[in-house]
Amino acid sequence: MATLAQPQPDTLPTYDDVTRDVAATLGRPRPGYFVLLGIVLVVLAIGAVALLYQVRYGLGVAGYRPPVLWGVYITTFVFWVGIAHSGTLISAILYLFRSAWRTSVYRTAEAMTVFAVMTAGLFPLIHVGRIWYAYWLFPYPNQRQLWVNFKSPLVWDVFAVSTYFTVSTCFLIVGLIPDIAAIRDLATGWRKKLYKLTALSWRGTDQQWRHYTRAYLYLAALATPLVLSVHSVVSWDFAMSIVPGWHATVFAPYFVAGAIYSGVAMVVTLLVPLRKVFKMEQYITVRHFENLAKLLLLTGLIVGYAYGIEYFIAWYSGNPFERASFWNRAFGEYWWATWTMILCNGVLPFFLLFKKIRTSIPALFVLSLFVNLGMWFERFVIIVVSLSFEYEPYAMGHYTPSWVEFAILAGSFAWFFLWFLLFAKNFPTVSITEVKEIMPMPRKRRVHT
Amino acid sequence: MKRQPSGVLATFREVDAATDAIKALKELAYKDFIVYTPVPNVEVAAAVGHKVSPVRIWTLIGGLLGVTTGFAMTLWMSYDYPIVVGGKPLGSIVPYVVIGFELTILFGAIATVLGVAYNAWRTNQRGAFDPRFTNDTIGIFVPCPDKRCKALEELLTENGAVEVRYET
Repeated sequence: MATLAQPQPDTLPTYDDVTRDVAATLGRPRPGYFVLLGIVLVVLAIGAVALLYQVRYGLGVAGYRPPVLWGVYITTFVFWVGIAHSGTLISAILYLFRSAWRTSVYRTAEAMTVFAVMTAGLFPLIHVGRIWYAYWLFPYPNQRQLWVNFKSPLVWDVFAVSTYFTVSTCFLIVGLIPDIAAIRDLATGWRKKLYKLTALSWRGTDQQWRHYTRAYLYLAALATPLVLSVHSVVSWDFAMSIVPGWHATVFAPYFVAGAIYSGVAMVVTLLVPLRKVFKMEQYITVRHFENLAKLLLLTGLIVGYAYGIEYFIAWYSGNPFERASFWNRAFGEYWWATWTMILCNGVLPFFLLFKKIRTSIPALFVLSLFVNLGMWFERFVIIVVSLSFEYEPYAMGHYTPSWVEFAILAGSFAWFFLWFLLFAKNFPTVSITEVKEIMPMPRKRRVHT
Repeated sequence: MKRQPSGVLATFREVDAATDAIKALKELAYKDFIVYTPVPNVEVAAAVGHKVSPVRIWTLIGGLLGVTTGFAMTLWMSYDYPIVVGGKPLGSIVPYVVIGFELTILFGAIATVLGVAYNAWRTNQRGAFDPRFTNDTIGIFVPCPDKRCKALEELLTENGAVEVRYET
């Protein structure tokens, strides 16, 4: 058989090795996979029951009490939108920068983006209570001939998040096509039928590559400003209001950095077990984790700086309400949430200055879990603590999430992991084509460089 | 459905051997051959010599349509049912930039995907295929009548093809 088997050192994989190694990840799942799937389905069912309970009895079953009418649902919405961001950073922005190391990890990050936006998109619907009226958010010709208010950041959010979901999905699917074709040509049985259908007649002809490479480049170019805009728009949900603690111009870059920070942490959380279970050590190396750790360090430092600036501006503005709001964050009744956030996002990233930590996969895994925890609390602090402590003391109040909110929060993680588990066993989580692209093609003549 | 044309299917191990064969075919004025590669390759693309894909026009038109739709929709809807909100002008350009921007990206991306689908369909090349071409092998299929097969086989072998077969 004529192959591109080339005079390479034994340690380097050939093109054929790459296809077979990635295809091997799609084999019959082991019992552990079904156990994990079972746990995820049980947690999802608990979340679904809680949601149905809320739909039946109304939003009163959530912990919402005036003045805190944005709670766990909006916190979790912002959390999941943030998680989505690193996928596009790794798949689109690093692609435009010709960053070769992204090839092994970008598919996982891109799939994570799509599933995270799918999870985030549920929360505005859950939050409005009457889910069946959610379509009111879109401009459509209704009976009263009334249109939505385009000056509201909430409407911008609808456009930003739905655009982000559509573009990320397009990007993921377009990237998958050549890989699915490579697996199609090895598969048998029902999988062969599935991949034949989803490969869209891909054969890797010169004309197909001609159009494909251009389309991929333009999708990356479109996704790059989009990723920066989406979390900026989400931040304006808060920054455009006059709530103390929200009304800050730093919010857009602060949120974008925070989003990438949490997203990279989630990529690490997913990649560590995936690499082990799928035996991908040859493709996802310590160098990949170190690069992800450097991204974590950079964005973590930006987030830590933003925390400092928020406090500085609260003091420097001379605005008593801002000062009181930030004093309350650090020393009020929610001090534990604030200090969890500062510890996880402002202090822990400094450990990444040490190469030993950056190159230790167990250490990075533990750190990524703390970052995820810290970033959820960051949104909780911004949203709940600011709303609970506005201008007038008689209008201040306390918010305690109810079991319904916690169940739906847990269900959202189950929903996210369910999609990821199904994806990981049916489609390549490492890009076959792009990993091959960075390997030199064999030649009959020597090339002098 | 059109029948697959008969012709010669050659297999190559080395990328420069394949580009040599492509150049030799072009010198002999062969135009409708197909080159299969497992990954996109600039040398092969340069040897084949296609023009830049028209997908970029689709992206441009999609983006322009998006920004126009974004501003037209927000302005028209604001004046269609005029309600003053927060003392701002009915048609407030600055907040509408967000909608205009998002729709530029959305329409641009959708147009790009439609563009690649349409152009790949329009330039669809029929010819023999081997599953190894999506894995680790470069292939060239040259449609030709029986009588010219022998000469083509020799040409492709001379340029480094490791396997040449006639496909009907």
